[in-house]
Amino acid sequence: MPMRIGRAGHDIDGVFTWALEPSAPFAFEPGQFNMLYAHGVGEVPISISGDPNDFSSLHHTIRVVGNVTEALAALEAGDEVGVRGPFGSTWPLAEASGQDVLFVAGGLGLAPLRPAILSVLTRRSEFGQVTIIYGARSPTDILFRAELERWRGRFDVTLEAIVDHSGTDWYGPVGVVTRLVAEAEIEPEYCVAMLCGPEIMMRFTARELEQRGLEPSQIWVSLERSMKCGVGLCGHCQLGGTFVCKDGPVYRYDRVASKLLLRGL
Amino acid sequence: MQCSPGSQSVLDAGGFERLLALLRSDGFVLVGPIARDGAIQLSAITGIEDLPRGVGDEQSPGRYRLRPREDDALFGWAVPSQPWKKQFLPSRLDLVHIRRKGSALEVEPAAAEANPIAIIGARPCEVAAMRVQDGVLRDGPHPDSDYAARREAAFVLAVNCGTPSGTCFCVSMDTGPRAKAGFDLAATELMEPNHRFLIEVGSDAGARVLERVAATPATDGDIAAAADLVAGAAQKMGRALDNKGLTERLLGNLEHPRWDDVAERCVGCGNCTLACPTCFCTNVEDSSNLGGDVATRTRTWDSCFALDFAYIHGGSVRPTLRARYRQWLTHKLATWVEQFGTSGCVGCGRCITWCPVGIDLTVEAGAVGEARG
Repeated sequence: MPMRIGRAGHDIDGVFTWALEPSAPFAFEPGQFNMLYAHGVGEVPISISGDPNDFSSLHHTIRVVGNVTEALAALEAGDEVGVRGPFGSTWPLAEASGQDVLFVAGGLGLAPLRPAILSVLTRRSEFGQVTIIYGARSPTDILFRAELERWRGRFDVTLEAIVDHSGTDWYGPVGVVTRLVAEAEIEPEYCVAMLCGPEIMMRFTARELEQRGLEPSQIWVSLERSMKCGVGLCGHCQLGGTFVCKDGPVYRYDRVASKLLLRGL
Repeated sequence: MQCSPGSQSVLDAGGFERLLALLRSDGFVLVGPIARDGAIQLSAITGIEDLPRGVGDEQSPGRYRLRPREDDALFGWAVPSQPWKKQFLPSRLDLVHIRRKGSALEVEPAAAEANPIAIIGARPCEVAAMRVQDGVLRDGPHPDSDYAARREAAFVLAVNCGTPSGTCFCVSMDTGPRAKAGFDLAATELMEPNHRFLIEVGSDAGARVLERVAATPATDGDIAAAADLVAGAAQKMGRALDNKGLTERLLGNLEHPRWDDVAERCVGCGNCTLACPTCFCTNVEDSSNLGGDVATRTRTWDSCFALDFAYIHGGSVRPTLRARYRQWLTHKLATWVEQFGTSGCVGCGRCITWCPVGIDLTVEAGAVGEARG
């Protein structure tokens, strides 16, 4: 389904966000993705990064990593792009209701979590403590920085950010995101954790959370695999017996942990 | 005579020819086995004169030969070199044309082909494979509409198996040598004392066709002869696969040294996935006209043995042959069951015959999980 690009904005180096204008109201659940098509070049799965309560504007945050994303980056406001979706599983907001919520994002992993964060903040009173932990490579790689600073300014949200390395422009902590996870104030029995970032970051974060007393069934991760169809027909995204496109991308960690710990599965 | 699902009757060679002619006159394109280039291949056919008369085959790991038979059997071989899946899941299929007009995109579905096909002579294992693919491509929450339409329109004339090859193991997979379901008509070719076919009706569509061919009712002798032939075939399986606890054994041994061992022999060519009647993975290719304004999305067969099959930014998820072979075998025999409730293997043996280095699925599956000797 062709969709017009309403706004195209640069976020950080190599990353841009579109606000697409669906011709009909576009509903999705946090965690889902669309297949985005660049004319004559190809189609790639991209998470939805916008507000699920906004049916008139569909946001995608895209990093340029290959042919298709490069072609998408060349499009401008007013151009049309192919959109199929939404596909895939969702962040467990219903399960998290009444619980503390811990979001841990690494790098661009903040984009697929953003719809969940926005939902939780919209329905803030339904949840307990809300903690957001964000790790980026460097201060200039921090995605949605203005928004993170707004969230950090709220009295009902705890937000901590860390960078792998920094210059003199950073006063925050330096290191890997698991360091902040180790220090976070959480009550393990009342917590639902949602993780998105590189697989290695999610594995180590999950390990840290387990050491903090969370059960693997309280931890959720979002995975990334090669996808051609988005609906479980092309076979590309298989992870063990699951199809990441339809059984994922969001998984309860205990259902995939053993698969993620094995190389080349 | 009156025919209904389950009823059995007999056609001589002339009657079989009339049956094929009738299917043609009903608008079906007949697709059946022919002997060409030293192999039984699948092709459009016009009648029984195209079928491989008096030809048998020999199959063993990495080896396939045709040989003359001492009789004039038309179905005196095991399975053709190619699977039937191409009839329902074409190896190349244009999905859509997308035209760019200024900044807008217009999507036009690619035209679907019209002629329904009649499958002539699919083996029971191959009919079972069609049902396995139905489970993947048609019966899920997101059916492939092109596949479903082709499948719906097709007529399936199965031919029970009397001559399994050295790589066959349908008995292990409970898919043959006699077709139990999934066909419109199922024939058993009998040579003694005269050339004839016992025909079993599997559907109303099959019954309607057979009623018009003037078949004679099957005698007890015909039915017994067909049962003997199939029972004999079951005794002649070239291979066996031990299914007991197989899923658990494979998935419980994902780091077994046998995976390294097979990876040293596997050349990663993907022949097994092309020859397999159930492998369904596809890729989508993009192309455009010279002006760049009309782009076409084309679905093609893909193989999990291709290095870029599981490529995401930063590299392939399965960079080693060990990982790719493991993915193929565990999917076929184990995770398929999790996904679709059936094994992905029907025991046709093609992956063994057509492996250029003769890797034997039944041997590898048996060796994974075994203690090192």
